[in-house]
Amino acid sequence: MKLNLKVWRQKNGSTAGKMVDYVVDHVDADMSFLEMLDVLNQQLIDKGDEPVAFDHDCREGICGMCSLYIDGQPHGPWQRTTTCQLHMRAFKDGDTVTIEPWRAQAFPVIKDLVVDRSAFDRIIQAGGYISANTGNAVDGNSIPIEKTVSDEAMDAAACIGCGACVAVCKNASAMLFVSAKVSHLSLLPQGRPEHQKRVASMMTQMDKEGFGGCTNTTSCEAVCPKGISVTHIARLNRAYIAASLSSPKQEEAK
Amino acid sequence: MATITEVAPNQKTGVLDSKVPPGVLESKWTKYRSSVALVAPNNKRKLDIIVIGTGLAGASAAATLAELGYNVKTFCFQDSPRRAHSIAAQGGINAAKNYQNDGDSVYRLFYDTVKGGDYRSREANVHRLAEVSANIIDQCVAQGVPFARDYGGLLANRSFGGVQVSRTFYARGQTGQQLLLGAYSALSRQIAKGSVQMYNRHEMLDIVKIDGKARGIIARNLITGKLERHFGHAVLLASGGYGNVFFLSTNAMGSNVTAAWKAYKQGAFFGNPCYTQIHPTCIPVSGDHQSKLTLMSESLRNDGRVWVPKNEADCQKDPTKIPDSDRDYYLERIYPAFGNLVPRDVASRAAKRMVDEGKGVGKTRVAVYLDFKDAINRLGKQVISERYGNLFEMYERITDENPYERPMRIYPAVHYTMGGLWVDYNLGTTVPGLYALGEANFSDHGANRLGASALMQGLADGYFVIPYTIGAYLSTQISVPPISTDHEAFAKAEKKVQDRLNKLMSIKGTHSVDSFHKRLGKIMWENCGMARNAPGLEKAIDEIQALREEFWRDVRIPGELNEFNPELEKAGRVADFLELGELMCRDALDRNESCGGHFREEFKTPEGEALRIDPDYTYVAAWEYTGDENVPNLHKEHLEFNDIELKTRSYK
Ligand SMILES: Cc1cc2nc3c(=O)[nH]c(=O)nc-3n(C[C@H](O)[C@H](O)[C@H](O)COP(=O)(O)OP(=O)(O)OC[C@H]3O[C@@H](n4cnc5c(N)ncnc54)[C@H](O)[C@@H]3O)c2cc1C
Ligand code: FES
Repeated sequence: MKLNLKVWRQKNGSTAGKMVDYVVDHVDADMSFLEMLDVLNQQLIDKGDEPVAFDHDCREGICGMCSLYIDGQPHGPWQRTTTCQLHMRAFKDGDTVTIEPWRAQAFPVIKDLVVDRSAFDRIIQAGGYISANTGNAVDGNSIPIEKTVSDEAMDAAACIGCGACVAVCKNASAMLFVSAKVSHLSLLPQGRPEHQKRVASMMTQMDKEGFGGCTNTTSCEAVCPKGISVTHIARLNRAYIAASLSSPKQEEAK
Repeated sequence: MATITEVAPNQKTGVLDSKVPPGVLESKWTKYRSSVALVAPNNKRKLDIIVIGTGLAGASAAATLAELGYNVKTFCFQDSPRRAHSIAAQGGINAAKNYQNDGDSVYRLFYDTVKGGDYRSREANVHRLAEVSANIIDQCVAQGVPFARDYGGLLANRSFGGVQVSRTFYARGQTGQQLLLGAYSALSRQIAKGSVQMYNRHEMLDIVKIDGKARGIIARNLITGKLERHFGHAVLLASGGYGNVFFLSTNAMGSNVTAAWKAYKQGAFFGNPCYTQIHPTCIPVSGDHQSKLTLMSESLRNDGRVWVPKNEADCQKDPTKIPDSDRDYYLERIYPAFGNLVPRDVASRAAKRMVDEGKGVGKTRVAVYLDFKDAINRLGKQVISERYGNLFEMYERITDENPYERPMRIYPAVHYTMGGLWVDYNLGTTVPGLYALGEANFSDHGANRLGASALMQGLADGYFVIPYTIGAYLSTQISVPPISTDHEAFAKAEKKVQDRLNKLMSIKGTHSVDSFHKRLGKIMWENCGMARNAPGLEKAIDEIQALREEFWRDVRIPGELNEFNPELEKAGRVADFLELGELMCRDALDRNESCGGHFREEFKTPEGEALRIDPDYTYVAAWEYTGDENVPNLHKEHLEFNDIELKTRSYK
């Protein structure tokens, strides 16, 4: 098939960008979306033009490196699918496809479709961990964990940190990302001791990075390639209120 | 780049010191660990360590070393340490916990791994790996890794190939992701504390040596394109495997050999470069556009049955309409003791044999079936979906076929490299102060890695081995003050890197980097892939040399030097692959035997199985760089097996 592409081109973070039209031919239905962009880039290189920069690595939906706003939707038209897993059979001959980067104040553009998502790393650094130095662990089976609880922790832990939730949100809120990490860790007995501190510090960092507040529209859940549920946001909100009511000192005294 | 005509390498023995401590196998590690030199806490603060890579090996090492008090700088080329290729591991991680009470033990894991590696690994390293395996699981649980559990709340296990116990721990089909997120969280905690400085979107482009010791690196900031100098009392490479030399592999697109290759060119020997793992269950190639191959986890072979039609005439038929009597479940037929769970090298070659015999299925006829019909009938769709749901979805997205209803089409693909930088028992390379961890080193897996053992090795190296063994070296470095990066060695190294980048940018040829990479991949797959022979390897060496020459004359790299330029990044990596590929062929040519993943067609049993030649080849081939124009030297580390008897590997 033949496609008309409208692609965001931007030289770097300090210059303005614009949409540029391209035509790609010989697109096979079995190609992945990124393989289609490979074809475009090969075409551009052959002509002596600069290829379109986009982030990607695993190309199997797990590293969270790929992004792209495709026809107004993060990761394109397929549900629960990352851009790298989207295949061209989702499109038909003659379609016009618009491709843009994630847009959020906290995710500045580096070049073309590549953005800087290190704000997510800093949120994790603020408290998205369990303090367990190497060598301190007890036997893995010494604390049984109810299967349903551990399954729910796993559901939350499946987040790949791609940032689609932020990209789709009117407020560019990172609540789905933050809440998934909080649920993952705090549901597990190992993560309980630091629960309140974790909630408070991750939320503070999220605000500092310039992410907005939750809009309650659940669009984040709808576009999440891993189907992370907004119930984690509700849980986080409850925990946040609880955390702001009791200071860490009182917690320790308990 | 000159052409090398001479094929026979200069052979050297006796240079390599594996530093395996004396004593009986079972207590070597415990004793060594308790006696290896320590660095006092106040001195640790004075020592800087550079870690290249944030996969399982790098992130676990960086976090643990920082916890101990060292100053750590960590580098990765992705936009976040959490995206290292380890994230993609699916099936699981082995540990000798014997939670299933099925007769597992440290010895059995050790034995299985040595046998699985076709008796080409170092006993003492493998035993240590088996010993620390249990600690890894405990550590990960403590970090909040949500391993699968059974209804009693205890940890669950599954089986992997090449073994008869159930010792694989897993987190759905995302074990690597969860383990890496655990290590990443430990690393993040240290970054927040200031004990680790993280450099993401940075690529290490050379090692800086001063007085023969590794003292730092030159790295390129991938956003600005600027070169940076970083000092370290020691440098750890945890930069992953080089399967992408084949262009098509299950590795992430960015996986490369560059860090290890620069180390090789600075004097670190390269061990067993030809040992490549071809994984039996991957989604077959669908066309020329293919940019990578997708693995379908080995865990699927717990419940899936591999087959081809008995009659060639059935090969294009709807597989669901082919009755059992017309199907050849060839793994179960040929290897009744292990059935579908034979090791990877054995399963891959069997699939190739079926396809070569004309029994291949699908449009291209280069595939076999992996069928879940019986498992679904026995356990129900629900159970199968719980176990493998995400893999089935992944398969359907790519192929547009529903594996609950129609058997999967699978075929072997390049997956893992057992070869890598040669390291001693301390994980030290032949350059003092330079270490290699995880897939980047050659250790532990011999000529074939068992499933679920790479995650184990990466985390063993990072959490439980290097934090101790590095003391042997760093305890001698406490009086060395940090060396200024104005030192002439840094300036020289930076200039060398800059010159090479300038040269790449100045070629302005006509063909894209990818086009060269694809051509190299084809040469490698055809001549140094699943089956190898001497004439093919010799031809491949010539072809690679010619291709390399063409690359340096005709590659086209658009964009500019000092900006974010993914084509330039790729070019540097492909340039290194073009050198590595030749070394792999040389190594494969030198090894006149078949073992594990290395199958030389001249050396096989009458049944077509790999034929080892133990008297001549029970050694690690460690290659020493001697200049671009020269044939590398071959050093041999002879492997001694005191606790295991060398046998012909049989899974029948
Ligand atoms: C699809 C797939 C599934 C797998 N499943 C399993 C499984 O179920 N069980 C199992 O045991 N094994 C599995 N493996 C193998 C296993 O995942 C890998 O061997 C292992 O994760 C490698 O870890 P590592 O830490 O050595 O390297 P990697 O995870 O590859 O990390 C390499 C790191 O080095 C960095 N790096 C590389 N070069 C440079 C440079 N020049 N400069 C700066 N940084 C650099 C990268 O950015 C990255 O951070 C699987 C592999 C694949 C491909
Ligand atoms: S490239 Fe890894 S998730 Fe898409």
